[in-house]
Amino acid sequence: MKDFNYHSAKDSKEASKLASSSSAFLAGGMTTIPSMKLGLATYKDLIDIKNIKKLSGIKVSGKSVTIGAATKHVEVSNSKDVKKAIPSLSSLAEGIGDPQVRNRGTIGGSIANNDPSADYPSACIALNATIHTNERKIEAAKFFKGMFETALKKGELIEAIEFQIPEKSSYQKHPNPASRYAIVGVYVAKHKGDVNVAVTGAKSCVYNDKEMSKALSGNFSSSSIDGMDLDSSEMNSDMHASADFRASLVVTQAKKAVDAC
Amino acid sequence: MASLVGSRVERKEDKRFLTGKGRYTADINLVNQTYAIFVRSPHARASIKKINIDKALKSPGVVSILTGKEIADDKIGGLIAGWAIRSEDGTEMKCPGNPPLAKDNVNFVGDPVAVVIAESLAEAKEAAEKVEVDYKVLKAVTSTADAMNGDTIHEGIDKNLCFDWLLGDRQKVKEAFDKADKVISIDIINNRLIPNAMEPRACVADYNAASEEITLYTTSQNPHLSRLIMSAFGNVAPEHKLRVVAPDVGGGFGSKINVYNEDIVCSWAAKKINRAIKWVAERSESFLTDIHGRDHVTHAELAVTKDGKFLGFKNETIANLGAYARVFGTVTPTYLFGPCATGVYEIPAAYTNVKAVYTNTAPVDAYRGAGRPEATYTIERLVEKASMELGIDKTELRIKNFPTAFPFKQTLVHTVDSGDYVAGMEKAKQMADYKGFEARRKESEAKGKLRGIGVTSYFEACGIAPSAAVMSLGCGVGLWESAEVRFNPTGQVTVYTGSHSHGQSHQTTFAQIAADELGVPIENIDIVHGDTDKGTFGMGTYGSRSLAVGGIAIVNACKKIVEKGKRVTAKMLEANPEDVEFKDGEFIVSKSNKKKTIGEVAFACYLPGVRDEMKSPLPEGDEPGLKETSFYDPSNFSFPAGTHIAEVEIDPETGHVKLEKYTACDDFGRIINPMVVEGQVHGGLAQGIGQALYENAEYDETGQLMTGSYMDYTMPRADNFPEFNIGYTCTHATTNPLGVKGCGEAGAIAAPPTVMNAVIDALGGQEVTMPATAEKVWKACKNLKKSNAKAA
Ligand SMILES: Cc1cc2nc3c(=O)[nH]c(=O)nc-3n(C[C@H](O)[C@H](O)[C@H](O)COP(=O)(O)OP(=O)(O)OC[C@H]3O[C@@H](n4cnc5c(N)ncnc54)[C@H](O)[C@@H]3O)c2cc1C
Repeated sequence: MKDFNYHSAKDSKEASKLASSSSAFLAGGMTTIPSMKLGLATYKDLIDIKNIKKLSGIKVSGKSVTIGAATKHVEVSNSKDVKKAIPSLSSLAEGIGDPQVRNRGTIGGSIANNDPSADYPSACIALNATIHTNERKIEAAKFFKGMFETALKKGELIEAIEFQIPEKSSYQKHPNPASRYAIVGVYVAKHKGDVNVAVTGAKSCVYNDKEMSKALSGNFSSSSIDGMDLDSSEMNSDMHASADFRASLVVTQAKKAVDAC
Repeated sequence: MASLVGSRVERKEDKRFLTGKGRYTADINLVNQTYAIFVRSPHARASIKKINIDKALKSPGVVSILTGKEIADDKIGGLIAGWAIRSEDGTEMKCPGNPPLAKDNVNFVGDPVAVVIAESLAEAKEAAEKVEVDYKVLKAVTSTADAMNGDTIHEGIDKNLCFDWLLGDRQKVKEAFDKADKVISIDIINNRLIPNAMEPRACVADYNAASEEITLYTTSQNPHLSRLIMSAFGNVAPEHKLRVVAPDVGGGFGSKINVYNEDIVCSWAAKKINRAIKWVAERSESFLTDIHGRDHVTHAELAVTKDGKFLGFKNETIANLGAYARVFGTVTPTYLFGPCATGVYEIPAAYTNVKAVYTNTAPVDAYRGAGRPEATYTIERLVEKASMELGIDKTELRIKNFPTAFPFKQTLVHTVDSGDYVAGMEKAKQMADYKGFEARRKESEAKGKLRGIGVTSYFEACGIAPSAAVMSLGCGVGLWESAEVRFNPTGQVTVYTGSHSHGQSHQTTFAQIAADELGVPIENIDIVHGDTDKGTFGMGTYGSRSLAVGGIAIVNACKKIVEKGKRVTAKMLEANPEDVEFKDGEFIVSKSNKKKTIGEVAFACYLPGVRDEMKSPLPEGDEPGLKETSFYDPSNFSFPAGTHIAEVEIDPETGHVKLEKYTACDDFGRIINPMVVEGQVHGGLAQGIGQALYENAEYDETGQLMTGSYMDYTMPRADNFPEFNIGYTCTHATTNPLGVKGCGEAGAIAAPPTVMNAVIDALGGQEVTMPATAEKVWKACKNLKKSNAKAA
């Protein structure tokens, strides 16, 4: 690992002021530190945001659950409030990586990183989340741009993620047996008007599967998507799963999610 | 005094390990030490055109940069194969040179070409990035099956073939097959594995210019053997000027038998720069450069009668050695594999033919089970298939072909001294509720799931030893073991053993044995191992040999102590040595109330005199002191055996295989510490099940390791396993005084076929290769659905 300067920001303002083209925010460090150790990334400055009080904590209102960006996975999975309001969100957090990762990794770091097989991005899409940054509010549908790419500008800091509480929801992940990231994860959420079927792991970026959303909005039953033959041409293919297998898993996991709702 | 052998004595080493007080190689820091980083080939096969170290030498903190040229100039030897295997046509095996730092060619990704030594680790790393190596990249050979058709990797080694070895009689086998009602055949792959010891390899080398002695702290399973190889073949230093210490070692599984490039380079370089050098592997280096295991491609056939008697067995295997042949690299796919490939069965005619090939991949060597997992997988997959094709129950078919009398002269090499395979099978069936399986299958079916049951009966040859036997088969050393038992004047005992514990609990089990033999409380016994300056010699720990060979050496040394004690007691008590009996730590003159404790005798041996009297308690001819040594060379291998049964449930929609039940019923002979044995069985099973369902080392066609981290190489975790159901039958080994057989590898040997037989049973007999990953199983489920639809 190359030498770097460590800064601990006391508030969002200081954090974004310190940011430059050769800096990164340090939240849980679960992605940043290993990539620096492996020489995949080098930064001149790491700006620790964990000491910014405002960034941690969970608030539940009648309609939404708002989670501070620096809140750890373990805090989300253990939160009684989250369990009550959106149980699927707490079980998603419980299924991330391993205890060490959950004890350090944060929700803000996860969505800022936008790994194509990360779990949280699917929750943001399915639960019509709003991403609050130090500059603006961004709808989840416009936040995730592509592989490891988001709408965040340089130095823009996620402060919180606001999830809409659905009527029913479930997240079903088929994990990569080695890393336990999602080979395919499907987050189904039934809101008043419509149903979201957010899929992670299958393509280069999380997406809402329009075809399944439509079918399930008409009839919220796994039978309405059973046997659906999805186009696999844009799906990821690697040594852990071919595109065809992923396409099949998307439907299977979606069915499981609907049945679990 | 109650016997300690057989009881669940708590592990003496746990206090140290569980409180973070273990002392591993990476914990050792020497005054004024430097740090080494190895520059490794990023290519699987290339010739080295030029190495430019000018920029790197100017990097801050650099002490020295050494390359293959310097090591060749200093005539430092390379790494070696420990067993010379002869081909069927009588020619000797062909091994390439394997210099510790490559000079002209690199042959796998990770092959070291230079070492950078600096004042700090960070400086060494930074400088290493500045070493410029100009490679001419050549086409890599990576596939086991096609290696013989690839470009020649090592000059003069045609078809990349190290040897083409035969064990058995082709003509007899042909005759047996001619008489068969049916021939069952199978094509299987034994997937390549990466050992993944929890502690990565490391070494710290030190040089004392005054005594001209090199001390190497290293992660080794066999420090004396390492010293011998480094001295005799590496030319690093004469044995008396080389001390090798293997302190606490965090797991080996065979991967730490070998002397590695880094051991030789750091020892040699420490002398050159007259400073201590420390090197600790990063996990990525472990993936790339630790020896790998398995990697066979096999075609096997079994000739049977229609009522299920086995007549003949053929085994044609290609074994991947990787880039170079290492210490156990050539014996693992031959003598550790071939003899066991006929399994626990009476098969009148059999042969195993192995073509060992070089490829541009990490060297393949002994990994937990070494050859016997591959053998057991071959025969047990074949037998399971035979049971399906013949329509005979899988347990009955096995029993039908078990030997009934012991000693059992096994088809190819071994004479198995003891066992009761039927008893093991019956007990395993009961433990697993074999009878209730059909009902459980129906329950799974009702949930839309597929359920399968798999059986394996195995035997294995371990306690790897008899020197005359192994040397006749090509081993470069004898495989006895030594022990030294020393009494202190005040009665405590230190036992020096040549075995090495890197997770095997020797400190406890060996102390139990010595405590029983000497009648000394276990608290007063220390087991010392892992240092060539302590203890005479040792061949080390692998092949489940610590207890059956090293443990017996301890027993024998203790017996010599007792013999001397009897003589001394007789002199002290003015009795006949023949009249002195030893029991529970006391020497008793029979038919009298006269006795001495072993502590009193030890004291007398060290203080052989009495005030105001010219009198010695030592009989004429006996010297003072109480210390005995034994070099034990057994008369045979030992032969654990057993039956394992697994049950899996498959979700046909996702291909997910859930291991529902696992039953292991093993015969390890006498058990010294049941808790330790359970630990060994659990660990072995985890690795065996890992091979069947999760683990796979994969190279792409250019020779890059695709599974070079835990993001892609699936290490099994606790939640992948059910509660293991473990039981034993017990027949004592007749070839050693403790009646012990060895338990370290059984789990890894039996589990892969057991689990795969269950998976394939659930899939209606469709073959899938290991590891049975979700996608492979999902595809098989789709095929099954199609063929069922057709049938209906
Ligand atoms: C072994 C392992 C297993 C894992 N398994 C899973 C899994 O199963 N599922 C899964 O979803 N994830 C998994 N992860 C990822 C983990 O969940 C972390 O959440 C993720 O690595 C990033 O979070 P972090 O807090 O560690 O971010 P960091 O590593 O600290 O930062 C990551 C990136 O996000 C940026 N960043 C961080 N916080 C903010 C912010 N508030 N605003 C703007 N930018 C920010 C940083 O600048 C950096 O570029 C795994 C990680 C590991 C190491």
